[in-house]
Amino acid sequence: MPLLPKNWPLWLLVLVLITLPIGVGLLWLFLTALFDQVHGLRPVGDFSPENWRFFTEGSVGGRPSIWVALKNSILFAAAVATLEVLIASMAAYAISRMKFPFRTPYLGMILVLHAFPAVSLLIAIYYILRVLGLFDTLIGVILVKASLELPLGIWLMKGFFDQLSWDMEMAALVDGASRWTVFWKVALPLVRPGILALGTFALLSAWGEFILPFTFIVSGKSWTLALYMQSFMREAFVDYGLMAAVGLFYAAPVLLLFLLGQRYLLNIYSGGVKG
Amino acid sequence: MKRGIPVRLEGLSKRFGRVEAVKRLDLEIGAGELVAFLGPSGCGKTTTLLMIAGIYRPTTGAVYFGDRRVDPLHPRDRDVGMVFQSYALYPHLTLFENIAFPLRLKKVPDAEVRARVQKTADLLGIGHILERKPAQVSGGQQQRAALARALVKEPQVLLLDEPLSNLDAQIRLSARAEIRRLQQELGVTAILVTHDQAEALAMADRVAVFSMGELQQYDTPEVLYHRPKNTFVAGFVGSPPMNLIEGTFTGDGFRSGELRIPIPGAPTGKGWLGVRPEHLALGEGGHPARVLVVEPLGREVLVVAEVAGVRLQVLLPEDRRPEPGGQVGVVFPERATLHFFDETGRRIGPE
Ligand SMILES: Nc1ncnc2c1ncn2[C@@H]1O[C@H](COP(=O)(O)OP(=O)(O)O)[C@@H](O)[C@H]1O
Ligand SMILES: [Mg+2]
Repeated sequence: MPLLPKNWPLWLLVLVLITLPIGVGLLWLFLTALFDQVHGLRPVGDFSPENWRFFTEGSVGGRPSIWVALKNSILFAAAVATLEVLIASMAAYAISRMKFPFRTPYLGMILVLHAFPAVSLLIAIYYILRVLGLFDTLIGVILVKASLELPLGIWLMKGFFDQLSWDMEMAALVDGASRWTVFWKVALPLVRPGILALGTFALLSAWGEFILPFTFIVSGKSWTLALYMQSFMREAFVDYGLMAAVGLFYAAPVLLLFLLGQRYLLNIYSGGVKG
Repeated sequence: MKRGIPVRLEGLSKRFGRVEAVKRLDLEIGAGELVAFLGPSGCGKTTTLLMIAGIYRPTTGAVYFGDRRVDPLHPRDRDVGMVFQSYALYPHLTLFENIAFPLRLKKVPDAEVRARVQKTADLLGIGHILERKPAQVSGGQQQRAALARALVKEPQVLLLDEPLSNLDAQIRLSARAEIRRLQQELGVTAILVTHDQAEALAMADRVAVFSMGELQQYDTPEVLYHRPKNTFVAGFVGSPPMNLIEGTFTGDGFRSGELRIPIPGAPTGKGWLGVRPEHLALGEGGHPARVLVVEPLGREVLVVAEVAGVRLQVLLPEDRRPEPGGQVGVVFPERATLHFFDETGRRIGPE
């Protein structure tokens, strides 16, 4: 049982104060999205669905339909997460279980790559995408995002594979499995908590990704929700009500994921899920 | 089920970097025989087993199953079943799927898988808990499941790596008998790795004693007990262990400090005299000794006595119980039950 510290009301107050700005921000978002006009945190106008017109109007202010952006965002996040989990698991398994030349330098390089600020790579990546003909395509950004996230994913998965006992894999080999079968049928099922954790991280990170699509995508047909939102900031008169509504819509899937899978996600974040 | 095949190891060795885990091992195991690999922890028993299974590639040497050389083969092409010390059951699968795993990999039709898994599980008395996961059954049942998984594909060679060491003392004895019964019923060639000499002697047709990666002796339990080839085997096989006294053979006896034991036809030179605790006795006319410790072992009593500066363990029937601190006489047995070893520990008699 956790024991409360002696002066817990004081601590609680401090924590509430620290959390307050975030809470106020969220409150503003809700109010602004739901009412005609909001001064400070005080709704002035009537309760109004006007801000949500992007649902029904095909295009708001010359933007592509929100449904296109939503589809792109889902596609982007799902593809990044799938690629990352798949490649990271296989790479991590190889690193954890096999001897091969340059294994140690490779490991070091993964760490360095993880620490490398991705922003400084943008220009180089731009040229590479141009050469490959992937500039301004969703596939291009998916590949870039997945690659940049891989080092962390590999490290995370390597940790999970390292904890598996060799005996189990030896047993599978004696039972008649190939290395490939051992990976799919024995090792992978046993690191399921790791896969769920990494998959969730990847999904959330890709869903919130802004700088990569912003840099490498121009055409509206490839916009993600992040770009859709950002487009409001470029206008002379920002329609805050509309923007807040879009923001809520953008955040909803993540909120939903957390509400539904709260207990499970908390477990993952504290690293305590057992298979 | 089909009968096992002979297994032959030729000049088998394995290096891990600087560690030579197994050194030039030559060994032949007959078809349907149960051979125990006996030795202290870290002497290379598991490494040898894993080379036979095909997990480790030998550094040098060859492994034959019958006339077939198998050491270049992948484990799945060798037809072996193995029980790991940790059992290594797949925690995410039910016992049924654990046992079925080798058959599924062979793409055996589902109906046949069901029949064979059920039959093997029934044979081992776990037929009623097959839908459970490994974590939901007892250690003894896990051990049986691991054994069932090893047996279900009806291998020609069965490898057992300390299968009993994680069991309670109580079920260990019955598990010993059961494994032996199964092995004989199925006629499978079996290798049992253990560090427990009693287990090796009780279960095996022949025992291979290892020390530091080297085979010390390979014989039947009787020969190991009565004719140990060196001081290592003499000290490792038998419980309580053999008394080994360092001293000098004088042709007509043995001398160690003040202690003098007349032995007709003794060898000469420095060496070791070995005598098992159960072959020593207390009585009149023996070497005067002081009793240090008296330890009741149930049916017997273990006495530690000091004779002329030499400590000896003596095993007595329960009704003969000397007082600690008291004076007794230690009587040495006939020449035939003594063991002579030379300075390097090699057995030099009696024949
Ligand atoms: N995979 C390995 N890598 C390096 N050294 C090993 C490996 N496996 C075993 N060894 C070493 O080889 C020796 C024999 O080990 P092992 O065969 O497991 O002994 P046993 O089963 O008789 O207890 C030990 O010194 C051990 O440290
Ligand atoms: Mg071992």
